[in-house]
Amino acid sequence: MTTPLEAAEPAVQAAGSGDDRPAYRGTLKYALSKVGGALFSIAMVIVGTFFVFRLLPGDPVRNLAQGRNMTPTQLALERHRLGLDKSLIDQFFDFVGKTLHFDLGTSYEYNRPVLSLIGERFPATLLLAGGGLVIAVGLGIWQGQRAGWQRGSRFDQVSTGVSLVLWSMPTFWLGLLLLMVFGVGIGPIPGIFPTRGIESVDAPDGFAYVLDVGMHMVLPCLTLVAVVYAQYLLVMRSSLLEEVSQDYVNVARAKGLRDDQVRRRHAVPNALLPTVTLVFMRIGFVVGGAVTVETIYSWPGLGQLFYEAVRVPDFTLMQGTFMLITVAVILMNTLADVVYHIIDPRVRSA
Amino acid sequence: MTAVATSRRRLALGRFWRSFRQERAGMAGLVVLVAAVLLALVAPLFISDGVTSVVSGTGTKWAAPSLAEPFGTDESGRSVLLMVWWGSRTSLFIGFLAALLSIVIGMVVGIAAGHFRGWIGAVLMRVTDWFLVLPSLITALVLAAILGGSTATIIVAIGITTWPSTARLIRSQTLSVEARPYIERSKALGGGHWHITTRHVLPNVAPLLLASTTLEVASAIVTESTLAFLGVSSNKTSWGTMLRASYDFGAATQGAWWYILIPGLCILAVVMAFTLVGRALEAVLNPRLRKAGA
Repeated sequence: MTTPLEAAEPAVQAAGSGDDRPAYRGTLKYALSKVGGALFSIAMVIVGTFFVFRLLPGDPVRNLAQGRNMTPTQLALERHRLGLDKSLIDQFFDFVGKTLHFDLGTSYEYNRPVLSLIGERFPATLLLAGGGLVIAVGLGIWQGQRAGWQRGSRFDQVSTGVSLVLWSMPTFWLGLLLLMVFGVGIGPIPGIFPTRGIESVDAPDGFAYVLDVGMHMVLPCLTLVAVVYAQYLLVMRSSLLEEVSQDYVNVARAKGLRDDQVRRRHAVPNALLPTVTLVFMRIGFVVGGAVTVETIYSWPGLGQLFYEAVRVPDFTLMQGTFMLITVAVILMNTLADVVYHIIDPRVRSA
Repeated sequence: MTAVATSRRRLALGRFWRSFRQERAGMAGLVVLVAAVLLALVAPLFISDGVTSVVSGTGTKWAAPSLAEPFGTDESGRSVLLMVWWGSRTSLFIGFLAALLSIVIGMVVGIAAGHFRGWIGAVLMRVTDWFLVLPSLITALVLAAILGGSTATIIVAIGITTWPSTARLIRSQTLSVEARPYIERSKALGGGHWHITTRHVLPNVAPLLLASTTLEVASAIVTESTLAFLGVSSNKTSWGTMLRASYDFGAATQGAWWYILIPGLCILAVVMAFTLVGRALEAVLNPRLRKAGA
């Protein structure tokens, strides 16, 4: 028993030192360059945010005060408190320094640190957008590969048609329709699902609580999934179509594999790679969808917080939420780049 | 332009039109599109801004669709039909101009990044990638909220958040055009940057630009309606602001399904028309895609 293992080990090691190390090193170099690029992008977001928010017409203090009456002394005090009496350069370095220490300022509307508000709202968004994303990706990829494999079939026509319609539909309108039909009820259909918030006022404990949140999640999640899954379907479909005419698929067929096996074992894994990257690349789109969905269903998440900041407008809160969301999206994209590089050997060798 | 070139271009155009006519979905989209644009253009001949005025609403509030009011009335008794008609002008106008802005920026950056290799190209692509990763709706919301919600601001906000994908597409096309021998010949004959980009590259990428403009208009209309719904646009009547009002005044709880359905259907129809035309154009212009049938 031990001999073959011992014999095999040096070979593995040899292969490891011969092939794997340069590839591994290449990946590391690639990852480092991507992380460097991401850090640069994040720095640009911080710089850009500073200057865009200084473009605000009018006096920032008066903007913050929302037209409430203030004495000149109060104005001066407030200006001093916000550091607005310093030069633009000093303000800039103050801003960068604070941001790097995760000090995103104090929300005028809530009179609380922006970061703690964000922390409070984050779990709800993670639940909604994360859950929605998982369902949308699964559904989109499954239907997309089936539609692409049987191009021109009834299934293909129906699913491609439906996803084109959903793709053309504004997220918020679909949300309004679902809210009207399943939330409020129309004609003979009674309102089935709750339409506001994440839990009932008299939320029960334990398993019943989970069920309560689940019921609240149905409509927002359905809206988000419907709009997001369409593009994954279309991408997966066209990505599979690229593979169908490849030589290796013909080889697999010639070997005598059943149609199903050719699809599942050969075509789909290859078509999956570009699609999965795209899922991460379009994460900004999902975030945008989350803002509208959370607004319509009063879901107490980051998107709603951002929307409230835009409506009031509470510029400190808006600025903080904007930076945080953007940085999160940049990090996700970088992660996708690196993971793609690791899982696809073709990119690595190129 | 010489007579030979003119007749050759006319022939190419005829060929293009013939293959476009084969695309049934694209033709259907084109019909809807032309109808929508014509209706929006002739609207001032029949109705005026007055249909959106709260005080001149003559009907009863929340009236269901009937013969007199085919699409019912809203919270102040205004006709939904007339408002949708008038609102189409804002929606289409913003959609077209925002798409145009986005395409022009994308075209200039894309051609420049493809034509000037070296550090100019590298910097331009860096900037493009940076804009590409920004979540566009969030960025547009911030810009619109800061600059105020006038029509011009909304156009700018949509335009500068959506150009990067066009820039990438045009850059790769520019690179492949510039690799052809006739560009080298043109350079040898003394053609400068301006001559090469405008006389050789631009005509080659123009068909692709047409296809992506069409798709861009579709997404700009959706973005405009979303921004209006989220309340950052000023109060000029558009399909988005109508839906905002239907939400604010609780049309769902009033059972006023028409007030939610009609403006949304208009958005859907126009956006689908643009999408179908855009996809058909892509299919006609890109033989590889036509073969795959995507």
